[in-house]
Amino acid sequence: MHGVSDEMSDLLNIEINGVALQVKPGTMVIEAADDAGITIPRFCYHKKLSVAANCRMCLVEVEKAPKPLPACATPVTDGMKVLTKSPLALEAQKSVMEFLLINHPLDCPICDQGGECELQDVAMGYGQDMSRYHEKKRVVKDKFLGSLISTDMTRCIHCTRCVRFGQEVAGIMEMGAPGRGEHTEISTYMERAIGSEMSGNVIDLCPVGALTSKPYRYHGRPWENTTHDSIAPHDCVGSNVHVETRRNQVMRVLPKENEAINELWLSDRDRFSYMGLTSGDRLLQPMVKQDGEWKTTDWQNALNYAVEGLQRVKTASGAETIGALASPSSTTEELYLLQKVIRGMGSNNIDHRLQQLDFANQDTMPAYPCMNQSIADLDNINAALLVGSFTRKDQPIIAHRLRKANKSGAKVSVINSVDYDFNLDLSQSVITRPDDIASQLAGVVKALAEVTGKSIPDVLASSISSVTVTDEHKAIAADLNDAENATVLMGIHAMSNPNFSAISSLANAAAELSGATLGYLSAGANSAGAWLAGAVPHRAPGQQATDGKNAMQMITDDMKAFVLLNMEPEYDCANPNEALSAMSSADFVVCMTPFATSTMRKYADVMLPVAPFTETSGTYVNVEGQWQSFTGSVPPMGDVRPGWKVLRVIGNFLKLDGFDYLASEDVRDELDGLTRELETNSRSEITAVNLDSSKPELTRIGHVSLYAVDSLVRRSEPLQQTDDALAAMIAVNNVTAKKLGLDSGQMAVVMQSNTRVKLPIYIEDAIPDDCAFIPAGVTGSVELGLSYGPVEVAGG
Amino acid sequence: MMFAQRDKDQAKLDLISAESKADIDNWVAKYPADKKESAVMAALRIVQDQNAGFLTNELIDAIAEYLDMPAIAVYEVATFYSMYERDPVGKHKLCICTNISCMLCGSDEVVSHLEKKLGIKLGETTADGKFTLKEVECLGACVNAPMLQLGREYHEKLTPEKLDKLIDSLD
Repeated sequence: MHGVSDEMSDLLNIEINGVALQVKPGTMVIEAADDAGITIPRFCYHKKLSVAANCRMCLVEVEKAPKPLPACATPVTDGMKVLTKSPLALEAQKSVMEFLLINHPLDCPICDQGGECELQDVAMGYGQDMSRYHEKKRVVKDKFLGSLISTDMTRCIHCTRCVRFGQEVAGIMEMGAPGRGEHTEISTYMERAIGSEMSGNVIDLCPVGALTSKPYRYHGRPWENTTHDSIAPHDCVGSNVHVETRRNQVMRVLPKENEAINELWLSDRDRFSYMGLTSGDRLLQPMVKQDGEWKTTDWQNALNYAVEGLQRVKTASGAETIGALASPSSTTEELYLLQKVIRGMGSNNIDHRLQQLDFANQDTMPAYPCMNQSIADLDNINAALLVGSFTRKDQPIIAHRLRKANKSGAKVSVINSVDYDFNLDLSQSVITRPDDIASQLAGVVKALAEVTGKSIPDVLASSISSVTVTDEHKAIAADLNDAENATVLMGIHAMSNPNFSAISSLANAAAELSGATLGYLSAGANSAGAWLAGAVPHRAPGQQATDGKNAMQMITDDMKAFVLLNMEPEYDCANPNEALSAMSSADFVVCMTPFATSTMRKYADVMLPVAPFTETSGTYVNVEGQWQSFTGSVPPMGDVRPGWKVLRVIGNFLKLDGFDYLASEDVRDELDGLTRELETNSRSEITAVNLDSSKPELTRIGHVSLYAVDSLVRRSEPLQQTDDALAAMIAVNNVTAKKLGLDSGQMAVVMQSNTRVKLPIYIEDAIPDDCAFIPAGVTGSVELGLSYGPVEVAGG
Repeated sequence: MMFAQRDKDQAKLDLISAESKADIDNWVAKYPADKKESAVMAALRIVQDQNAGFLTNELIDAIAEYLDMPAIAVYEVATFYSMYERDPVGKHKLCICTNISCMLCGSDEVVSHLEKKLGIKLGETTADGKFTLKEVECLGACVNAPMLQLGREYHEKLTPEKLDKLIDSLD
């Protein structure tokens, strides 16, 4: 209440170009001008970065000041009169421009930045058409920054936005400005490739053509591109993007500013995954397998073939032998119609939780896994506990928000199975084997009960009584309890943990005892949408309980027919070995997929080319529960059709009721009607836990790297060339290596599910004892079994 | 990379001698505990002295590891200041100021005299590895220009005779 009048009197009166303004103390002149719509030219200033004041382009005249002042570094004072276009200001700006252009090459015609270049634009307004400089221009050798960013360092004007981005936003200082004066060169140390998962943002930040997109290099001019609003399809954030197209081709993807979600940033995965769209694997025509031969056919034929096949299985073995597996990055419309088809045929076997192993708590799960708070709320938390999450790589935008909070003092702790390299100042870091995560969390719950004086919920009390409380547990408990805004977040690795239900129950208890907000950071772009759409076996849309097989049961229970949507079982399932053999032994497999592979050709009977996110309309529900709809950016390639349309026609062919949609919006609106009334609180119930399960001698950590999460990103070459794209390998710590007789640099024989693969050995102390870090979802480990489960390893 | 590196890279740290470490620690102690990087300039000087007057990339990396700094940040400092060398230098490094005051008072003659006497150009080292000539910016001794710096000593109001005497006194 104290706000309004106080704040009014706190405001300072200033004048810019004769316009009277009231602004908060501490505001810089350039911010006040921007808010008032008065343009001041600038290069180094950026609203999301610290003030460097090194380009001097924003010099303005301030009354009573003896010389022009930089608007970006001059705080407003009461009664200040600023002139941005006075003769003095203009002369200063033009002079700075002349200096900046001394060394800048005149290579605009071959520069990728042309047409969206801040230097070009400002030079139009403030530059001269003739140069007075006749000496030699400076030439700077280009730097290698990896597969995503191209450099033309002669164009660099040393604004240092990229350097500040690394330090302040990405949280890892990789770029710098070695040298002095004329000899300064922006570079990474020894030209190391940039490792940040947000590195592409420096392309947007660079005001000139020094840092440009490597995949987009020489591909087009901005004015030739048409911009389409869309939603990024890889993580639960739902970053807003602009898909730029030309002549029905996706040229590039850029962030669309949305202060509430991704601000103006974009993760590299969301920015560069589009390179997978034109992969040679793209399936462009429907295909059917007849007598072991693949034949291209038309949609009518292919759909008939698919429907007849499914009906044949239904008649012969019953509808309950038909199952559907869908990628959690499918659109809500696709997932809703897929479950409608499957349920319409009389089966409830549908799931999108492809990496999940423990489904025991599914009936007490909330309507959908969400964060229970907005993404922007994370800026203001005071304490966070991350369980089974490598937020930095799993959801870079969420990590950025946590980092902002962390920088202003928030205490962030983690309980993980790998000591991940966070760009946070972690308060506590508990690293333990995957089957011990729940016990560690139980320790926090007990510590919270002690510190709060509240009692542990009855269902838990006896099952966690034997857990020892460590100092780390106490510290985490104190952090959560002391904080005004605290949150407990379960990540992708918690949800794919073999004890997920125990973890979830204990995380609930921890949140309840500490008053923290409980949230899930779920897999894929649309886990929330999948839950709401009923792409789970136990709940139809609108929450009616149903009884079907989950993703794990489907691949182990001898199903006769599968419908696969946007997924590749050997890369996407928690047990690729079982998944593939389930596909091979099924009588009939329908693949709705943008990509066809040789493996798919072996097990599938029909391949239906469905559209990736750029070629279909649809909706993603993000981790806040926000429904974000988008339209197709380009027409589908070849004979590709949007997945929802294909499913709609399959519904018609099956003569199911209620498949008369004319547009994807009809599908969305129908689901919206069914789910609008749902309780959105994401807190599930606290249930009894069993922490005494037997622990294998050696357990696998089947980490899915950020560039292996879905079929599109796996096909983006530039991303696959980065260090973050893990290859198949085995990493163990020194103790385990000694125990197993493994040597760094040698090959190990890894045995799981009766298969053996040879993998290179790395010794990493970030892995707990008796654990083997073997990435899942990558070539070389797809023959293996459970991503989190027992594994045998021997020296090669 | 995705794995946290909790333990310091001992192989890198071993490049810094025990005496140098002790010396760096003295400097680290002068700053707040969470501002270790403030000692970077001292650390660069100490390690440069330890390594016959020049720094290598490995040593820069080692300092970064020792002070918990990004390597690029140490590299920025090492490349910014002219007193840090990244290539081998002679036993005696003659840093001649050629800024405006010294220039007006005859630094050109100082340079040409030394170049002739030692048979090398600015930025070069004599074949026997004894002398390096280096052009530097203002060292703040304008009042007695022209001047040069040798080790930690300033030599001011230079004349050819003084220069000859200086060079001859060095072994």
